[in-house]
Amino acid sequence: MSLAALPVTGLARLGRAVIAALAELGRVTIFAASIVSHILRPPFYLRELLQQLLSIGWLSLPVVGMTALFTGGALALQIYSGGARFQAEFAVPSIVAIGMVRELGPVLGGLMVAARVASSIAAELGTMKVTEQIDALVTLSTNPLKYLAVPRVVAATLAVPALVGIGDVIGIMGGWLVGVNRLDFNSGTYLHNTWQYLETSDVVSGLFKGAAFGFIVALMGCYYGMTSGRGAQGVGRATKGAVVAASVLILAANYVLTEVFFSA
Amino acid sequence: MIRLEDVHKAFGANRVLKGVTLEVPRGQSLVVIGGSGTGKSVLLKCVLGLVTPDSGLIEVDGTDVTLGDRDAFLARFGMLFQGGALFDSMRVWENVAFRLMRGPHQRPKAEARAIAVDKLRRVGLGDRVADLYPAELSGGMQKRVSLARAIAADPEIIFFDEPTAGLDPIMSGVINALIRDLVTEMGATAITITHDMTSVRAIADSVAMLHGGVVRWHGPVSALDSSGDPYVDQFIHGRAEGPIETVR
Repeated sequence: MSLAALPVTGLARLGRAVIAALAELGRVTIFAASIVSHILRPPFYLRELLQQLLSIGWLSLPVVGMTALFTGGALALQIYSGGARFQAEFAVPSIVAIGMVRELGPVLGGLMVAARVASSIAAELGTMKVTEQIDALVTLSTNPLKYLAVPRVVAATLAVPALVGIGDVIGIMGGWLVGVNRLDFNSGTYLHNTWQYLETSDVVSGLFKGAAFGFIVALMGCYYGMTSGRGAQGVGRATKGAVVAASVLILAANYVLTEVFFSA
Repeated sequence: MIRLEDVHKAFGANRVLKGVTLEVPRGQSLVVIGGSGTGKSVLLKCVLGLVTPDSGLIEVDGTDVTLGDRDAFLARFGMLFQGGALFDSMRVWENVAFRLMRGPHQRPKAEARAIAVDKLRRVGLGDRVADLYPAELSGGMQKRVSLARAIAADPEIIFFDEPTAGLDPIMSGVINALIRDLVTEMGATAITITHDMTSVRAIADSVAMLHGGVVRWHGPVSALDSSGDPYVDQFIHGRAEGPIETVR
């Protein structure tokens, strides 16, 4: 290949990559639209929905709770040491609360659920695909999208805000534990300051983010699982793809939603 | 009657079906033979709509399979998948009764379970198996559970994809006899894919050999040994030498 042709080849590769990325985006969008369109149409698989609520919500509680507890504690320490530079140590309770509720609770909770749930959904559905269980569902007159994907997406969209809410409380408690035991705050004053500076919109925006992140996590898990390649390698790739895509989309969606709430 | 006319299907550059034309009369048992990777499973999946053909026509009782009510169409079918494809999160009886507990003809749970247990008995599995999970069963038992699921709703048309693959000769004989009985007693139309020549002779009314993406030979099972087709002869006698390339 001549040197003159190199830029053209590079451009062609870039073009192919962009087209492939846009095609993938289109497929994900169509997949998401199909799921949303099925949510309100019968048949409804209530038993599967309850199972998924248990699996995604209840069983994610320990990991989300532990993440929130340690993050709240670390946040209190960081704000205290940073605030000491301009005599703002008193702001620890309010900043911990606002930081947890508006940002860290939903984002870290979403990322932890992405690691736990998107991987699990993608691996489960990917295995079902390679062992022809998804084909078997079709032959048994059952729409796999409706039976497998819809309950998972609805359950995650409902469960993650609940997890975020609980995580917020645990995170604030983590900050309070560190504030009272390590930074010599008065317990009553700490809690009073937490409550005083927290607004309803802080909580609502965090919970809304949680719902959006839950939708993203389950959507990516289902998409990558149901489009998994063959064999163990295909399922492995699907699992990795689901976690990476869910994590990146959560961070991107977080910025977009923060802009929306910030502008409102 | 199932009719395929000039069905083509390619996956990328790999042209699997290059004009398959085939008819299976109602109540007949057709066995499709052919080397690995010749598109036998793809053929069944095209009929079921799991794979969309690139071109050609597929009809069941004179109706194009791509038209009409899909649920009603699929309700006429039962399918035994090569690997069983049992839902491993469900108990055996729930697998068998899956169709019975969902859809427009939904039965009460107790009735669906009773039918499932009856179908399991029909394939030689006792009540004890009903509450186990598929992972707790041997390969042969899983195959029989899958067979019970395929016949649970008394389908008019049943597809069997490698029903005896991976089974010992005795269990293969049991499964072959079961399939033959089901076709005879239920009057179902059946298409079976197999490499096992013992199965072919036990199950088939007619045999079609798929090779090179087309139906190479089609005739009654009684004419299989005198087909005069070198491809069929090589396949049924398992010879390494012949027109079928052994390195594919």
